[in-house]
Amino acid sequence: MYYSLIVLLPLLGALIAGFGSRWTGERMAQIIPSAILVLVAIMSWAGLPGAIEADGEFIPWFRWMESGLLAVDWGIRLDTLTGVMLIVVTTVSAIVHVYSMGYMSHDPSKPRFFAYLSLFTFAMLMLVTANNFVQMFFGWEGVGLASYLLIGFWHHKDSANAASMKAFIVNRVGDFGFALGIFGVFAIFGSLDFDVVFEQIPGMVGATFSFLGYEMGVLNTIGFLLFVGAMGKSAQFFLHTWLPDAMEGPTPVSALIHAATMVTAGVFLVCRMSHLYEYAPAASTFITYIGATTALFAATVGLVQNDIKRIVAYSTCSQLGYMFFAAGVGAYEAAMFHLFTHAFFKALLFLGCGSVIHAMQDEQDIRRMGGLWNLIVPTYILMIVGTMALTGVPPFAGFFSKDMVIEVAHAAHSTAGTYAFALGILVAAMTAFYSWRLIFKVFHGPRNGEPQAYAHIHESPPVMLIPMAVLFLGSIIAGAVFYSMFVGDGAHDFWGHSIYHAKENYVLIEKYYEMHNVVHAAHYSPLWVKSMPFFAMLAGTMLAFYMYILHPGVADRARRANPGVYQFLLNKWYFDELYQTIFVRPAMALGNFFWKKGDGKTIDGAIDGLSMGIIPAVTSLYSRVQSGYMFHYALAMFVGVAALVSFAVMGG
Amino acid sequence: MNSEGFLLNLILWLPLFGGLVLLWMGGGREAERMAARRWSLGITVVTFLLSLVLFLGFEPTATGFQFVTDIDWLAGLKYKLGVDGISILFVLLTTGIMPLVILASWDVDKRVAQYLAAFLILETLMIGVFVSLDLFLFYLFFEAGLIPMFIIIGVWGGGRRVYASFKFFLYTLLGSILMLIAMLWMANHTGTTDIEALLDWRFPSEPFEVMGIEITAGAQTLLWFAFFASFAVKMPMWPVHTWLPDAHVEAPTAGSVVLAAILLKLGGYGFLRFNLPMFPVASDQLATFVFALSVIAIVYTSLVALMQEDMKKLIAYSSVAHMGFVTMGIFAANQQGVDGAIFQMISHGFISGALFLSVGVIYDRMHTREIAAYGGLVTRMPVYATVFLLFTMANVGLPGTSGFVGEFLTMMGAFKANTFIAFVAATGVILSAGYALWLYRRVVFGVVTNPALEKIEDMTTREIVTIAPLVVATLYFGIDASAMIDVFSPAVSDLLQNYHAAVGAPADLLIQPGGGAVVESAASGSGH
Repeated sequence: MYYSLIVLLPLLGALIAGFGSRWTGERMAQIIPSAILVLVAIMSWAGLPGAIEADGEFIPWFRWMESGLLAVDWGIRLDTLTGVMLIVVTTVSAIVHVYSMGYMSHDPSKPRFFAYLSLFTFAMLMLVTANNFVQMFFGWEGVGLASYLLIGFWHHKDSANAASMKAFIVNRVGDFGFALGIFGVFAIFGSLDFDVVFEQIPGMVGATFSFLGYEMGVLNTIGFLLFVGAMGKSAQFFLHTWLPDAMEGPTPVSALIHAATMVTAGVFLVCRMSHLYEYAPAASTFITYIGATTALFAATVGLVQNDIKRIVAYSTCSQLGYMFFAAGVGAYEAAMFHLFTHAFFKALLFLGCGSVIHAMQDEQDIRRMGGLWNLIVPTYILMIVGTMALTGVPPFAGFFSKDMVIEVAHAAHSTAGTYAFALGILVAAMTAFYSWRLIFKVFHGPRNGEPQAYAHIHESPPVMLIPMAVLFLGSIIAGAVFYSMFVGDGAHDFWGHSIYHAKENYVLIEKYYEMHNVVHAAHYSPLWVKSMPFFAMLAGTMLAFYMYILHPGVADRARRANPGVYQFLLNKWYFDELYQTIFVRPAMALGNFFWKKGDGKTIDGAIDGLSMGIIPAVTSLYSRVQSGYMFHYALAMFVGVAALVSFAVMGG
Repeated sequence: MNSEGFLLNLILWLPLFGGLVLLWMGGGREAERMAARRWSLGITVVTFLLSLVLFLGFEPTATGFQFVTDIDWLAGLKYKLGVDGISILFVLLTTGIMPLVILASWDVDKRVAQYLAAFLILETLMIGVFVSLDLFLFYLFFEAGLIPMFIIIGVWGGGRRVYASFKFFLYTLLGSILMLIAMLWMANHTGTTDIEALLDWRFPSEPFEVMGIEITAGAQTLLWFAFFASFAVKMPMWPVHTWLPDAHVEAPTAGSVVLAAILLKLGGYGFLRFNLPMFPVASDQLATFVFALSVIAIVYTSLVALMQEDMKKLIAYSSVAHMGFVTMGIFAANQQGVDGAIFQMISHGFISGALFLSVGVIYDRMHTREIAAYGGLVTRMPVYATVFLLFTMANVGLPGTSGFVGEFLTMMGAFKANTFIAFVAATGVILSAGYALWLYRRVVFGVVTNPALEKIEDMTTREIVTIAPLVVATLYFGIDASAMIDVFSPAVSDLLQNYHAAVGAPADLLIQPGGGAVVESAASGSGH
């Protein structure tokens, strides 16, 4: 009941805001959902011990569908993974709700906005509490719907409508894989309940089935298909194109959905499926490569972007890559740890961006900012802390989690792990560079924006700053406080059975470290491994300082010296253009061809030819239909058919 | 005839009676027209309530037919009616949609009495298809249903109504001729026209040669194709689907609703009543053929839908794609596939009905179906935007709406039968999002650019009342799919048992076992 309320109350909030604002008034339509979320967030924190205690208990609601062996129930699975996600989702959501009361104060559609936010929260909670693949898919697509509605919230903007559609469709490409994965799970295991499936997984090692005409490994295929879903939702390489465009939505949305919660659903999926991925080495290797590649790709693009939100969006994409390669090498705890800390500092950074945009009257281009720091000091401080947490300055939150992620990649001692480790170090430097570039260009240097924008500049109201303070606190301490629980000595008791490590996997590592899994192996990493991320961060920071504070002309010169590289990065490796050419245009051309040539010329052509002889004869009949006797005619026809049939039967 | 059988007869014939009374009443003056509308609404509501009573008395777990009427008719033919788990929901769908159809026709002024009478007569004919347990009775209802629909399009339709109505008529009639011949052969061969008896009959499946071509399941193959020809057109399946977009475009709103919500289900029902149970060997052999046509329909018509400039055509093409899931599910011939197919048909009744009603709402105001004429409706019509969004999402199969369950189960069934087919069908999930969201974006989002839209009014109370039951049904069965599946699942299970008795065990996914792993779990970080 307690946990069910956590999940269901936000839905109530959404309904009140969405349909009840006529009765509650616009103000209450914001306060009620926000109050509900604050309550739910407190309940989630208080509920964590209970969730750890429950360790996989299922709280059933009612049956959703049953067809043969397939039986799907609505309900809540309670374990540590669920408990952690409940905290992340409700906390950030509560903060964003409250913040939005200030941020959206000039918007005419506030109730609608809060309805969507709460609806999103509900869907996300359904996702993380799912005990079967279908409820997870419900949440999965539900957050997609909310994301679609929120990206396109300002539906008078054509760019917002295009972005929301793109987000939904690209996610559908991922969901296509996810759905096939679910079909595969049911076809192979005969159930879609996590526990029933997990139990059978070890017995399926080495088993194969015929998929698309090929004899494929059961577990690797399913692992791969499910991960395609994760790639869509978490904007990984190849399916990342929607995330930067999603910045068309209001900034609080970016903080909640496109930084802290929804985009981490893919990471959560992989961790939830640790039972599967432990026995699907090829799929896990694939995850590691995709994660590491995404981390690098997004970081390179982030280096040159000029839209304040897009820089942070690419940073999110990159950090998600970190989480994935950690999960890929089997360190699910490290992935979850980074997910947890990232939620705080990335939400803080986004809300900070929101505060800047708010202050600058909706300006988003960092080339038209600069010198802001002494005009909005609280925002400046919040952004600095967020940046230090993100780049991994000790002892801020990101330091603990990011270093752990990089170390486990090294400790995996596999080709993929080493690839991820090397890229992880490189990306740590880039992260520091682009993050500080943003800070320096926005807050320092000359004031490059419109003078009137500076004239009206104002700090955000307390309703926006206070929620940010919570994230500020989290960005500072979340790493140090939760280190032991998530990845340290307390990890075993903390995670219980929610994360699984196969014996086979830790045996490999035992050779090197006599330890039980990658996370623990990481604690024994050599000093150079442990210190590399720190020095990479330092190098990136110093370079940014050099280029944007000490010698501001250097950046321009570097850009002019390498126009090819610059354009390539600025245009995000030309992915949008590529997809437009190989998917969108061919689909439309094909649609036109099928319509005009297939339906029109070929099929109708044949039919028309056939009926040319019949039509003239019946048109004379038709004029009689028109003359008002049609029912006599119809009745005659009815009787005629009856007579014909009777005659035919008697004759036969 | 027992009292239960009487109830079914009442449900069947009441609308026809209502329609004949209407024709007799006529509708010249406004008062008469209003009376005609109220009379029609009353008749359809009472019919629906009666069918609810029937449903409450229906026992899903009992196999076989219930509420049976069995009397001799003319010339050795039988008048036999009854419902089973597969047909009862189609009866409810029909009787449930009809009051909405009457409400949607409230503003029609041209020959009101005859217009409404056409719908009432059509209702009897459609119910008749679902409750007939005699071969020729079925045929009679199946074919006669064409006539009122032909007239509705031909008289109350749009500009190219003549072309569309004849295309509709010819297409479906040509398909039916083969079915009639097959029925005659069956009656002659078995000596009965009783569908219940024919369901237990084993039609010969020994191969023979016709003009050098081997017919692999013999008589079953030929009979199968004869029925297939008729049902495939009704479905409609690719490539005999081109009558549907034209018929929809020209039909008045109410006509489109009936066409999409109910008439399209006759084909799927036919497959379940005849092809699958009566000719299992042929069905088994031809499943791949049907799969191929189904997934071509899904991909091809989804792509065509993407390019449409007329709203009704777009939804019509999307219907063809959705019916592709139905045929795929039926011939997957496993529990999830067939359950999913039936669910998909009923759910598509709600969703496509509602989508055509939605188009009707703005067509009545603007008198154009051209997508480009709209844009920015959300600012003027927020209620409409919400309703249309719900059904757009249901149409793309968002979980939580009934649109999801059908697609999900049919693909699940197909995956077991043939992974490649499920793979291609699943791309339809991406494409449907493409055309549906693009339509929504162009019609509802954006700013108002067409000055004619400046004064457009939001949905009226009558329009909201018309569409509200579909909203409730779409959401309710989206989260409590069991409430519906449990009605037909036992009947489907029974059907499949007989099917597999005839063709062998279901061809489930073949898994080659591997070595397995040492099952010893080690939770995170145990021990040091």
